[in-house]
Amino acid sequence: MCGIAGIIHRGKRVDIGSEMTSMLRALKHRGPDSTGFAVYGEPKSGELVMRFKVAEQEDLKKGFDIHRAIEERRTTVDERIRGLGGEIVEVAQATEYAHRYCIKYDGDMRKFADFIEDIEGVEILSLGTSLELIKDLGDANVVADQYKLRGFSGSHAIGHTRMATESDVDIRSAHPYWAYPFHDISVVHNGQLTNYWNGRRALERRGHRFMSNCDSELIAVYVADKLQDGVALEETLERSIRELDGVFTYLVATSDALGMAKDTMAAKPMVLFESDDIVALASEEVAIRSVLPREIDTYDPYDEEVKVWRS
Amino acid sequence: MAKLERAKSEHPSHAMGWHVQPLKGRSIQAFFSIEDDGENFTYPDAFDVDFNKRAEFDARALDGPAINRKIRQLMSEGYGWIVVRNPLAKHSLGVGILQKLKLDFDGSLGYFGVGLIDGPNVRIKGRVGWSCAENMMSGVVVIEKNAGSTFGAAIRGGDLVCKGDVGARTGIDQKGGSILIGGRTGAFSGFMMQRGRMVVCGDAGKNLGDSMYDGTIFVGGAIQSLGVDAIEAELTALDVAWLTRKLGMYGLEPKNGIRNMTKIVAGKQLWSYDNLEPAEKKLVL
Repeated sequence: MCGIAGIIHRGKRVDIGSEMTSMLRALKHRGPDSTGFAVYGEPKSGELVMRFKVAEQEDLKKGFDIHRAIEERRTTVDERIRGLGGEIVEVAQATEYAHRYCIKYDGDMRKFADFIEDIEGVEILSLGTSLELIKDLGDANVVADQYKLRGFSGSHAIGHTRMATESDVDIRSAHPYWAYPFHDISVVHNGQLTNYWNGRRALERRGHRFMSNCDSELIAVYVADKLQDGVALEETLERSIRELDGVFTYLVATSDALGMAKDTMAAKPMVLFESDDIVALASEEVAIRSVLPREIDTYDPYDEEVKVWRS
Repeated sequence: MAKLERAKSEHPSHAMGWHVQPLKGRSIQAFFSIEDDGENFTYPDAFDVDFNKRAEFDARALDGPAINRKIRQLMSEGYGWIVVRNPLAKHSLGVGILQKLKLDFDGSLGYFGVGLIDGPNVRIKGRVGWSCAENMMSGVVVIEKNAGSTFGAAIRGGDLVCKGDVGARTGIDQKGGSILIGGRTGAFSGFMMQRGRMVVCGDAGKNLGDSMYDGTIFVGGAIQSLGVDAIEAELTALDVAWLTRKLGMYGLEPKNGIRNMTKIVAGKQLWSYDNLEPAEKKLVL
């Protein structure tokens, strides 16, 4: 089933971490397997934030050597960042396997990401000036507490509660997906894509990488491919209605925008509230009510509808 | 609703060949009695409520099941008019009410609101989520704002009214009753419709009435496209009279006036489909 949610404040920053936690907690019944957040904070001049993992949560339960391997992988990440001419400015450890680095790097992002992800078990979850992508097993409260998300100040966020149907229950198959290798672009999706393998093969031939077998990752890579070709976000979403096959509603966030697209069958839910100050949307209205507990007017976007809002 | 009686083996319908197999096990096929005097037009466990006895409560701190239990408790105490404050779009509220009751929700409902009801008069001041009033048998439900998809799925009777816009697949598998929409409706509305009437004052999305068996759809605005087997039919004086009366009851007005509405019906006879309602069969018998 899965639940998705998005919220964007126009012209101000709020405790976006707590807001998205509330929305995803309200959607817990739609997917208990994993929870993910893509939150957009205030960019720091000249710095990139990189969220990455060096192992799966599941890996900790097996093998005697995993803790040493995790440490070695992280050391290798540090070496490779410096080897590429990057500078590590700040280091924070969320869990034993997930880290947050602030770095300075102005070279080729694809080369950077490929070199880091070449290390066994390492996956960059997000890379950008304002995006921080956090995802792990458990419900919204568990993940928010684990990664200290409450109090995170930002303008907008998207999130996802996952009921695994197409791939494994692990971090690599959890949403949101970062649109590698583009700064600050993330995607959450509710639905099933039926042309996943054809689409994946076509995008792989164009040089894109896939980290999971989750059909939702196709949307993130698809969006990245279009943006690489210079297609605007709104047009990318409109094209996706025709080029992606299946039933879907998905959200895309960039450093200053939030977009949504709904398939031609209108088979997956989305409820929308829009005002001059704030736009909130979710698979169920109960998630919107968790952050706007007053009487509000909401509606369902229709089939093939695409919308983009700026912060 | 008439008094319910268990079918007896000597029922005239058997003599007429309607039933060739005796009912067994958990079957509870029931027939109305035409001799019924009109009293006891209720289900056996219905509460005796008084419309002049009013109660209200705040649902903000309650979950869905607790809200439904509270409604049931108030009905058991004889309250015939119940107002629920702050429903906050919670799911499955007001479901399974099988008796007369005036029920007001002072806000929005989530998924599956007022489903499986038979008799109550419900007013919802906010919006409703997917599958509102699914399998409704009788009564009236009026929503002041918008509604989600599969609005009135498989309803059998009553009036289901949304004054705003509704989502996709409105009235999917509709088997009776009237669905009245003040605004527009989404794609695949009237999909596999089997009976009853749907009135859309605004525009209708693509594939309207796809695979409909029977029933009638009236549209006041533009129709994006018709579904398989759905065709346009002539708007009769009887239709106009019915639409005038029905829409007038709820203060709804079609985009271009009643006389300019488009009437959609099934274009193909499905030979395995019997167009008599069970209740009508009883009258025939």
